[in-house]
Amino acid sequence: MTVESTAARKARRSAGGKAGATGTEPAGSAGEAGAGADPADKGTGTAGAKRTASTGRTTRAGKTAGTAGTTRATGTSGGKRAASKPRAAKKAAGKPAASTAADEHDLVQLLTPEGERVENAEYDPYVADLTPEDLRGLYRDMVLTRRFDAEATSLQRQGELGLWASLLGQEAAQIGSGRATRPDDYVFPTYREHGVAWCRGVDPTNLLGMFRGVNNGGWDPNSNNFHLYTIVIGSQTLHATGYAMGIAKDGADAAVIAYFGDGASSQGDVAESFTFSAVYNAPVVFFCQNNQWAISEPTEKQTRVPLYQRARGYGFPGVRVDGNDVLACLAVTKWALERARRGEGPTLVEAFTYRMGAHTTSDDPSRYRHDDERVAWEAKDPIARLRAHLTAANHTDEGFFAELEDESEALGRRVREAVRAMPDPDHFAIFENAYADGHALVDEERAQFAAYQASFADAEGGK
Amino acid sequence: MSDQKTEKMAIAKAINESLRQALEADPKVLVMGEDVGKLGGVFRVTDGLQKDFGEERVIDTPLAESGIVGTAIGLALRGYRPVVEIQFDGFVFPAYDQIVTQLAKMYARSLGKVKLPVVVRIPYGGGIGAVEHHSESPEALFAHVAGLKVVSPSNASDAYWMMQQAIQSDDPVIFFEPKRRYWDKGEVNTESIPGPLHRARVVREGTDVTLVAYGPMVKLCLEVADAAAEEGRSLEVLDLRSISPLDFDSVQASVEKTRRLVVVHEAPVFLGSGAEIAARITERCFYHLEAPVLRVGGYHAPYPPARLEESYLPDLDRVLDAVDRSLAY
Ligand SMILES: Cc1ncc(C[n+]2csc(CCOP(=O)(O)OP(=O)(O)O)c2C)c(N)n1
Repeated sequence: MTVESTAARKARRSAGGKAGATGTEPAGSAGEAGAGADPADKGTGTAGAKRTASTGRTTRAGKTAGTAGTTRATGTSGGKRAASKPRAAKKAAGKPAASTAADEHDLVQLLTPEGERVENAEYDPYVADLTPEDLRGLYRDMVLTRRFDAEATSLQRQGELGLWASLLGQEAAQIGSGRATRPDDYVFPTYREHGVAWCRGVDPTNLLGMFRGVNNGGWDPNSNNFHLYTIVIGSQTLHATGYAMGIAKDGADAAVIAYFGDGASSQGDVAESFTFSAVYNAPVVFFCQNNQWAISEPTEKQTRVPLYQRARGYGFPGVRVDGNDVLACLAVTKWALERARRGEGPTLVEAFTYRMGAHTTSDDPSRYRHDDERVAWEAKDPIARLRAHLTAANHTDEGFFAELEDESEALGRRVREAVRAMPDPDHFAIFENAYADGHALVDEERAQFAAYQASFADAEGGK
Repeated sequence: MSDQKTEKMAIAKAINESLRQALEADPKVLVMGEDVGKLGGVFRVTDGLQKDFGEERVIDTPLAESGIVGTAIGLALRGYRPVVEIQFDGFVFPAYDQIVTQLAKMYARSLGKVKLPVVVRIPYGGGIGAVEHHSESPEALFAHVAGLKVVSPSNASDAYWMMQQAIQSDDPVIFFEPKRRYWDKGEVNTESIPGPLHRARVVREGTDVTLVAYGPMVKLCLEVADAAAEEGRSLEVLDLRSISPLDFDSVQASVEKTRRLVVVHEAPVFLGSGAEIAARITERCFYHLEAPVLRVGGYHAPYPPARLEESYLPDLDRVLDAVDRSLAY
């Protein structure tokens, strides 16, 4: 190694890597959970990698390659949790739990899992004007969103994305609520709201930049009134509340919707957003997708009462809706948004749904949950449910499904091509946008960085 | 000591073994955090502990960092010794208020009557290709606060022993774990303590320039020393191990020998721990120094997206470059 070292260092200096020559390798595997590469897959260390890769800055790429694409198989031992019973079995335990049998009838549902339309005097008016075409549109949204999500998952598996947070199973909650919003409403998502983004007209390829590691956001929130994804759990609920307070101050009639998970409901920020929105009567809808899990922790580890009931303590209504029923999600969210617009204040909507996949591509759910549970939820699939309804009501023909299939494939191809074509950012992007007004220290460091980069080019020139 | 007590293990495993040892030795020790139980933590550092010690000792907490640290403070007031996990560096800030305004100050406020032996474990640093808030190095933000101790092991043996010592400390300890080194293996002798928690250690002797680092950057500095040796340069590498308190005596001794100092850390250079080291060593060693103390670290910019982190983080080239500059004086 040592002889190589000297040679390589000279080569590095003389080969003159240009700034910006990162490899095209994926950004590595790390993410929310189980992040990080397995050591066995890593290069044997920085120095070694550089020594052997001899061509200047491309050694940096070599180094990137060393940490790339090595999603850790998360299970180190022990496989499945043996003792865990399906969650439904806990209902009889006689102590408060997030989901008790008694609460089930509180679940707003307009479509049964079999696709039968259930009457609901309170919420039917909010979907009464839907035409068969609208229903097909909701179906199309869910299918395309699922297709996009599946494509992103496989792009992660192929090393094109560093991480992906799948929405599989949550399509109805997202499309139903997303379609309830108006263009002048403002949406504050977490990191899994790909279906809501779709409804807001955000190009799905924009969502992939941060998961590929080329940016930390990647779109202009104001172009679709769809805020950047927020990774620090719960933070955005306060931003949503403040934005809604602003709307109220302006006398506008728009509303805000904030998305978060059941796990997030434990954060102080979420409690504080409930307090502020209630006290200031802010036009905000809190849309909690209770997908039953916060990484490995079931909802019972976050709350001892059904989440929607929390709202009462803050002085505003809470509703639990069947999160796999797109019509119910649409109706309830519309109701809540209209309330907000009328100046009647916040609402908490708890969409009772299920995360069918892993928390993220770095997660291994077999360590903490039983497959039976997932299988049981499969029977409540939001897409199959609407399809059954459309078919039974004669709202579609086979041509519709076939065309949609083609459209899905085309979307998949477009996303794949767009991701592969996504350029790595220029190295100087590190210094961009640190301050709106500029900053002398940043300027100084940028100049140092430039000189340092140039020293490689000089070495090459002098070769 | 018997050979059986020396075992090769990864840093993550060494911390796991250390926690296991602490849980066994003292019923007042608790492990708390998000996903630390069934899942064993997202890095599997707490793997198997809940299975063996139960949900009363190894606690899956609600997703609430302020709650995790705040309740740990309460438990400590009641005589427990909680070791809490913050899942990633960027998620400690919801708990920052509790750490800075409460955890750090209770001992002073109670005139020494109340001790808070709480360990806050934080996997930190970049180099793993993660999304934002997963690669930060906020150690200076904690080291600046009186009342907290801040440490970071760089190898498996230190990971094991420093965790033991942190748990035994009656002061709150912020324990930064170099996540990109979690899978690096090293020998751990579980019977003999290598040294005090806050003593720096020379990990490679040299005569021309001293490199000072801690946590994830120690390995890099050793690689730099290897590379420099091929050019006939002898670098001394010092592993600080503890950032607060900081063992300036060891740094001074090395600098008096080599007369040159380069400090390497991942955190931004501006007002980082390297700034403190540069200032103190300049005060202590002004007449010994042949060159200004140089620093290599992150920029005054948000931690960049994964595809740029190789440019942002100190690497072999940048440290060698600083060594060149130091020697050029
Ligand atoms: C403040 C903070 N703590 C921890 C994490 C790590 N983390 C990311 S997602 C997650 C679970 C979130 O669960 P939930 O709120 O139910 O949303 P879901 O992912 O299930 O949609 C955790 C613990 C984080 N991102 N932010």
